[in-house]
Amino acid sequence: MSATTLPGRTGPVERTVLRARHGLRAMHPLLGPVATTAKYASLVVACAAAIIPLVTVFMAAFKSKEEFATSDPLAPPQSWTNLDNFATAFVDGGMVQGFLNTSIILVVALVGTIIIGTMTAYAVDRFDFRGRRLVMGAFLLATLVPAVTTQVATFQVVNGLGLFNTRWAAIVLFTGTDIISIYIFLQFMRGISRSLDEAAMLDGANRLTIYARIIFPLLRPAIATVVIVKGIAIYNEYYIPFLYMPSRDLGVVSTSLFRFMGPFGAQWEVISAGAVLVIVPTLVAFLLLQRQIYSGLTSGATK
Amino acid sequence: MSTVSSPVRGAAARSTALPAPAPRRRGPGRGWKVTPWLFLLVPLGLLVLFTYVPVANMVWYSFTSWDGMAPVKEPVGLDNYQRIFTDPDMFSVFLVSLYYLAGAFLQLVLALYFATVLSFRTRVRNLFKGILFFPYLINGVAIGLVFLFFLRPGGTLDAVLALVGVAEPPQWLGDPDLANISLASTSVWRYMGLNFVLFLGAIQSIPAELFEAADLDGATSWQKFRFIIAPGIKQVIGLMTILAISGSLAVFEIPWIMTGGANGTTTFVIQTVQQAFEFKKFGLASAMAVVLLLIVLLITWVQRRILPDEKVDLT
Repeated sequence: MSATTLPGRTGPVERTVLRARHGLRAMHPLLGPVATTAKYASLVVACAAAIIPLVTVFMAAFKSKEEFATSDPLAPPQSWTNLDNFATAFVDGGMVQGFLNTSIILVVALVGTIIIGTMTAYAVDRFDFRGRRLVMGAFLLATLVPAVTTQVATFQVVNGLGLFNTRWAAIVLFTGTDIISIYIFLQFMRGISRSLDEAAMLDGANRLTIYARIIFPLLRPAIATVVIVKGIAIYNEYYIPFLYMPSRDLGVVSTSLFRFMGPFGAQWEVISAGAVLVIVPTLVAFLLLQRQIYSGLTSGATK
Repeated sequence: MSTVSSPVRGAAARSTALPAPAPRRRGPGRGWKVTPWLFLLVPLGLLVLFTYVPVANMVWYSFTSWDGMAPVKEPVGLDNYQRIFTDPDMFSVFLVSLYYLAGAFLQLVLALYFATVLSFRTRVRNLFKGILFFPYLINGVAIGLVFLFFLRPGGTLDAVLALVGVAEPPQWLGDPDLANISLASTSVWRYMGLNFVLFLGAIQSIPAELFEAADLDGATSWQKFRFIIAPGIKQVIGLMTILAISGSLAVFEIPWIMTGGANGTTTFVIQTVQQAFEFKKFGLASAMAVVLLLIVLLITWVQRRILPDEKVDLT
């Protein structure tokens, strides 16, 4: 079927073009219809497994209380325009506050991460100084320390700084412990020619000017990667806001949604609406930025 | 590598008070010394404050019986460590991670299978890729709630099973024998997409000529996998395996959100958090965190030994 190529049907040029466009290769021409069917069947089953839990929650979010109690989880809602649950989730559930707090933390922490990451990468890549290897080693070693283990003691530091139960707790932790971003900047900066720095220096620019006027703008693609990868991570973060910002007013998206389990304990239609509210922005971001997300994760995950 | 050809005449050069020996024309002059540190001041400050100070304090606390508030931290020697490895209540959490470890291997196998399948020509390939990957991007709390809904009695899973004739499904989260399996499966659902996309990326970076040559030789798909794909992405498989192992020890979100650690689903990190923030046993919790840190460092060390990574060149 579609997974097989008939030999001779496509010329070598066309085949190269196809391959270049999709990075695809034809399965072996002798691959039988059984294997092809099995392949598509496995893909369809896996996609169903990925989608069904989400779709049923999506449908439940539109059901009224009575409807939810009586209808099958797999049945679509009577009305796709019943937005009552969303209103309850937004207002009573504190999701408005959650999105607001997440947005504030997201913006400040991203700006901080970008400034800190680019400065570190600039200092380490463009200067040769005593202790440079030590600095690199200190950052490298820190990547090995899983943040989840050190929170017991980090908590005391944050508390000692008087940041407990403020948005700053999350902001400084997102900004100050992100080493992956530094590596993304560092890798990208290696590709920026030093002759640019040197030319600017001959023109009398100082190091700060070179960093701000030449290097920083050229790092734009790396900045975009960091914004996407880290933006998703901050939006999804639960552990840090849970530990450091227990106050109700400081709920972020994750912690506000988590609190749904108490007051709405049995109201699955409201909980579903809350979950949908949190998932939809992610879905929109994914649909718009697919390519960047895939490549960003690859550069971030393999360090 | 980093020879810089012109001497600096910037602010940093002037700010060195001591008269420096005449700067060499090439290479690092003395006046350079301050500038990089000015750039590094804040980043290093944050690194020390939020990574190294906590690690050092954690080691210190782990030898005390500190409650998190008392001004005195009473030293207790190795008591905390002894308790972790002898108290059955403490030790049982290691067994829970075995469920996640098994889940992680299943996840890697699935990811490898789908990455291989989708690296060959497939219809609506990007759609399949997107659907399989998307769960990884979703907020952990939302995933927890989605799966509480999915697994609850009379929920989606039971409804699907009813369609195929299973009348009396078990309590997926209520039955202690099943709860960890359900949670580990949720974890597979969540993280498979990342492994899959990374594998797919690695497979697609294998030179196409290898596949063409294999085609000319009449290789089967399995042979292509066995002799081209598997060796070609060995590095990524190794890295993902190591991350899966350390990840299965550090599980927190899914069981915390879905069961709160009830029904024997307490993981190592949940235990640590509870000891510290509920029972105020910071000494014991720190010892647990140190143990986890040492295990992760050990695993990473093993990885570096058996998989020398040609790409890691950071200095």
